[in-house]
Amino acid sequence: MTALLLPAIVGGLLTGGVYALVALGLTLIYGVLHIVNFAHGALLMAAMFGAWLLAAKLGLDPLLALPLLTAAMFAVGWALYRFVIGPVSRGQDRAILLATLGVAVVIDNGALMLFTGDSRTIETPYALAMLQAGPLLLPEAKLIAFVCALLLAALLWAFMALTDTGRAIRAVAREPEGAMLVGIRPQRMFALAYGIGTACLGAAACLLLPSFYVSPQVGESFVLIAFTIVVLGGMGSFPGALVGGLLVGVTENLGGLYLGESLGPICVPLLFIAVLLLRPTGLFGAAR
Amino acid sequence: MRRAAVPLALGVLALLPFASSSQFLVTLATLTAVSAALGQAWNIAGGFGGLTSFGHAAFFGLGAYAAAILQTRYGLNPWLGLPAAAAVGGAAGWLIGFSAFRAGLRGSYFALVTLAFAEAFRVLANSLDITGGGSGILVALHPAPGNFQFADRRVSYALALLLLGLATGAAAWLASGRFGAQLMAVRENEDAARALGVAVVRTKSATLALSGALTALGGVLYVQSYLYLDPGIAFSAERSVEMLLIAMIGGAGTILGPLLGAIVVHAIADTTRSLIATPGVAPMLYGVVLLVIVGVLPGGLVRIVARHA
Repeated sequence: MTALLLPAIVGGLLTGGVYALVALGLTLIYGVLHIVNFAHGALLMAAMFGAWLLAAKLGLDPLLALPLLTAAMFAVGWALYRFVIGPVSRGQDRAILLATLGVAVVIDNGALMLFTGDSRTIETPYALAMLQAGPLLLPEAKLIAFVCALLLAALLWAFMALTDTGRAIRAVAREPEGAMLVGIRPQRMFALAYGIGTACLGAAACLLLPSFYVSPQVGESFVLIAFTIVVLGGMGSFPGALVGGLLVGVTENLGGLYLGESLGPICVPLLFIAVLLLRPTGLFGAAR
Repeated sequence: MRRAAVPLALGVLALLPFASSSQFLVTLATLTAVSAALGQAWNIAGGFGGLTSFGHAAFFGLGAYAAAILQTRYGLNPWLGLPAAAAVGGAAGWLIGFSAFRAGLRGSYFALVTLAFAEAFRVLANSLDITGGGSGILVALHPAPGNFQFADRRVSYALALLLLGLATGAAAWLASGRFGAQLMAVRENEDAARALGVAVVRTKSATLALSGALTALGGVLYVQSYLYLDPGIAFSAERSVEMLLIAMIGGAGTILGPLLGAIVVHAIADTTRSLIATPGVAPMLYGVVLLVIVGVLPGGLVRIVARHA
């Protein structure tokens, strides 16, 4: 068992890096708009189908498609907030929750309609390549994904911390009325933040696809993973999403190792329930 | 007189299938009645109590498994599945509610925690021996009234109507009784209700228990008519979403809402299925209808009827 332990932990960390990127998008949307974006998993699934189409039909490697799909998902997210979620919810909590659920139902079943329920994968030259690091064999695709995810997370942090737009988004998140007084329009920033949160999914989809499969159902499993990370790290917390992503990646792998393939997946929902019931503010969150 | 028009019309509509020998019509009516009953069960928690659950399939699945396991593993009379399922569903509702509400979970957080419970149960059912794991449980076909299996489908329909009546009665009790008034006070303003002496956590937990017990009974009816159960059927997210949709589309927090919602959702589903066979089209339309309702008619379809009736 111990011989398997280290690879399981390292493998979990590598996957967790990409999970963290997914969760960063979710936590950004929560932190700025104060909404639980239930459509997050469905949007990730849609982006994965986008990456799959580009790879399978046009032969475009997911890593090359990454900038393209990130930009496309930004546009999708921005438009979705501007034309659907914003107008439908009129700022009410329950309405927003139900609106994002409605969007998820539409996307999930739209994908089922277009692509059927089959699982799809792509082949890349590096999909099966391994890198020897001491006693460990690291899958190259996951290593590339991990490094890219962390770089993108750093980029996102720099954008939020250093640019005027990033500051404006944070200002709206903190004090919408004060932001309005200095000439920032909250609704614009909300659409922008929703777009950026969704753009993270475009990047994550390209990083996931070489080592994952995509089917209309993957959205559902990712939505729980993403929420577990965000709740574990503390809703709205950037470092929380990073640490939470790595922890959930490792938890998932250790669950599979010790509890077996069929019972292993229980770890993520159990972790989620435990955090919500025992420490709803998460590891890094401020008191609600 | 005019206020009674809608319930009266629904009552006549509900009785029509008994006069028909068409198996198709009876099956359609049964499915609609079960959906309406499940939507009403969700409505008790999600509408009257404002406890938006995304995981009511947890109760449906627990009830269905309780009934299936008791008769196939322990040889109990299938009718005993009904009280057993109600007890299991009620207990689960109380436990999930009590732990979540005591931790102060509300709104989206509560929705997510119910979703996680349903998923945890699905994984458990998938890996335990007693549930038959992923291959599920097959109930032997043996039609006899004493065995809770009926050759005449109209009997199943009558049972579905009975469950719908029970759930609707519970909703009517909430709408008019003291407990319901306390519940709705909690829904509108928790702090104010607490200040007036309402036991907030207990009220909400009891409501989720009632809703869970009714939902579990729906699970028993499912097992007794399809005679097969697996983790995907029992704890599917689609089931949770459908229950919520029916209540929201018809009108959450109203007595007639889920009945209207179930009729509309089944009308959409059956019309689209007969026109376009591709899977996914009908559920996609549900999503669109939900968005339209939330955006344009937050009170649900019942508002239109109430305005003109």
